Amino acid sequence: MTAAPAAPLSSEQPILRIEPPNRWWAPALDELWTHRELAYFFVWRDVKIRYKQTLIGAGWAVLQPFLAMLVFTLLGRSAGLPSDSSPYPLFYYSALLPWMYFATSLQNATNTMVENQRVITKVYFPRLVLPLSAVLSGLVDFSISLLMFVAMMVYYRVPPSPALLWLPFFLLLAVCTALGFGLWLGALNAIYRDVRYVVPFLIEFWMLVSVVIPGSHVPAKWRWAYELNPMAGVIEGFRWSLMRNGSLPGRSILVSTVLVLIVLVTGWAYFQKMETTIADVA
Amino acid sequence: MSQSVIEVRGIGKRYRIGEREPYMALRDVLANALRTPFRRRPRRPTEHVWAVRDVSFDVCQGEVVGLIGRNGAGKSTLLKLLSRITRPTEGYAEVRGRVGSLLEVGTGFHPELTGRENVYLSGAILGMKRLEIARKFDEIVAFAGVERFIDTALKHYSSGMQMRLAFAVAAHLEPEILLIDEVLAVGDLEFQKKCLGKMEEVSHAGRTIIFVSHNATAVTRLCGRCILLRSGIVDRDGPANEIIGAYIRSGLHTSACREWDLKDAPGDDIVRLRCVRVRSAEGNIAEAFDIRNPIAVDVAFEVLEGGQMLVPNLHFFNDEGTNLFISIDTDPIWRRRERPSGRYVSTVFIPGNFLAEGTIVVGAAITTLAPMSVRLEERDAIAFQVVDSMDGDSARGDYAGLLPGAVRPLLRWETSYEPDCPADNVFVEPRPQKELHGP
Repeated sequence: MTAAPAAPLSSEQPILRIEPPNRWWAPALDELWTHRELAYFFVWRDVKIRYKQTLIGAGWAVLQPFLAMLVFTLLGRSAGLPSDSSPYPLFYYSALLPWMYFATSLQNATNTMVENQRVITKVYFPRLVLPLSAVLSGLVDFSISLLMFVAMMVYYRVPPSPALLWLPFFLLLAVCTALGFGLWLGALNAIYRDVRYVVPFLIEFWMLVSVVIPGSHVPAKWRWAYELNPMAGVIEGFRWSLMRNGSLPGRSILVSTVLVLIVLVTGWAYFQKMETTIADVA
Repeated sequence: MSQSVIEVRGIGKRYRIGEREPYMALRDVLANALRTPFRRRPRRPTEHVWAVRDVSFDVCQGEVVGLIGRNGAGKSTLLKLLSRITRPTEGYAEVRGRVGSLLEVGTGFHPELTGRENVYLSGAILGMKRLEIARKFDEIVAFAGVERFIDTALKHYSSGMQMRLAFAVAAHLEPEILLIDEVLAVGDLEFQKKCLGKMEEVSHAGRTIIFVSHNATAVTRLCGRCILLRSGIVDRDGPANEIIGAYIRSGLHTSACREWDLKDAPGDDIVRLRCVRVRSAEGNIAEAFDIRNPIAVDVAFEVLEGGQMLVPNLHFFNDEGTNLFISIDTDPIWRRRERPSGRYVSTVFIPGNFLAEGTIVVGAAITTLAPMSVRLEERDAIAFQVVDSMDGDSARGDYAGLLPGAVRPLLRWETSYEPDCPADNVFVEPRPQKELHGP
């Protein structure tokens, strides 16, 4: 076995300049693009390991939202909670679909920098790949549980409507929300290790204000506060596009989108600032 | 004239003291803020430490540069800066070409995944493209010798197999510039040898390598040039043989000559050690000797109480700690003779073409035989280097690769040739071996 001779250097060979971190932030999009295969491998690893270490593997992707849906349905029926005239199971499952994705992704993105600490201190790649792949790998579970929803739609004879075409947009919004908050929490968690203990509480509280009450039943006085929650927008969007439940929550979606973009951009900037020192504290 | 592929200019990395502590707790930060909400906490003057400072050097294409220095001299920090794991505080470096860094063997391995999956994962993390890994996959698996287990989860591998697989992936990384840190410090001897052999192969292929190691032998052989770091700055930069000599002299290791004052010399009321030194046959004390030349080791000792039969002996080790041999003073003049008090110098002569390349550590002892008792013993008394300049007349012959073995004698070889030897004749006649091996 012989090592091939190194290619002769040409003057066009890109020069990599290593210098102190810049005060100004520029999203390293080109670098992220050249590392897209690595992101793919991290997603692939996360999915493989998640399914290898569990008894029923991909079954969790269905079972988790399904069990949560059962609990909510029982709760909703006995307490007579509003469901905007949809069957309770559909009403809650359509909300749990994006919610479960969001909750898992946010949690994974928060922990990913700490969990991959060994790799981070031994080899360079744009660290953004880690939270990004944490958020993307959740889409595999999401797809599986979406199939379950399709089965439920058939069972309840809910016909698909053209509004379904909006679904990818709402999914993208969910991905961006998870990524935006994941970048913030992931960066904070890399510096302050107790962030990871706060996140589960945050997620539980967040779920109560997002999943349980449909936007139409929020008192007008509190409507503005409800709309500040980007996941409320995503969930309303899901309910609307999957089963024409309510109307297109236009204002809520607009507020959510703007808010998510702000969180995403600031999170990205904060993450990249943290990235330059992470190997020193890790 | 080679183009320089790495240019380092005044690079420096400053750490806050305590920054390397595991992590902070948000709880503490908040608690502090709550305790003194209005008063800004008196800012303790933050203490900084420069791990590396004002380091400048150039590396040309195809150069193999060793980076040596004591623990904390900044070797690893410098390598981390060049591999972009951490960012400099000041200065800059410019790197031309694809950089591969190998700061650990098995980066990114996961025990739950199979061997095959880990090859892809680790390859991707080390910077290989998917197609590239697929192309080299069979070669990697064959190099590691784990074909039969490639679809078994890594957790079922022995640690040796994991290590082989990890190294196989790393060895197939083909960057133009390779940064390697202490990888050789892990694994068994066999594995270290494999690493060294592979690195030599890579360096012959014209790649640029920066190599951090404590293994002075490896640095001497692999690297033409060596940079010695001391407290974060470049102490010396030059030909590897010279710099390694200086490094060894700098006191981390023992030097080629050690002397003791009588009052704190090793020994007892009967005999005390005064000096151990290594020199060329001509009498020059040196740190490094050509493998072809004879050398001598002197042991000077002071007999305080006469009337004992004393036997000086020297213990030779290589840098892996293997005892190469022990040489006992057999000089007939003082053998089986009681020594009157006074100063003695015993010298052992070691022929050229006998010691292997590398660091030789010598321990000295003086023993009495009746009754058997070690009167004094000084381990690691001195150390020196044996260097093969590879001119073709040493025991290496024309082989330039890794040559293991505790000693490296230049032995006589002979060949006889008979073009028309009958097929059933094993040995060419007439050879004395016929009697030994013949039917």
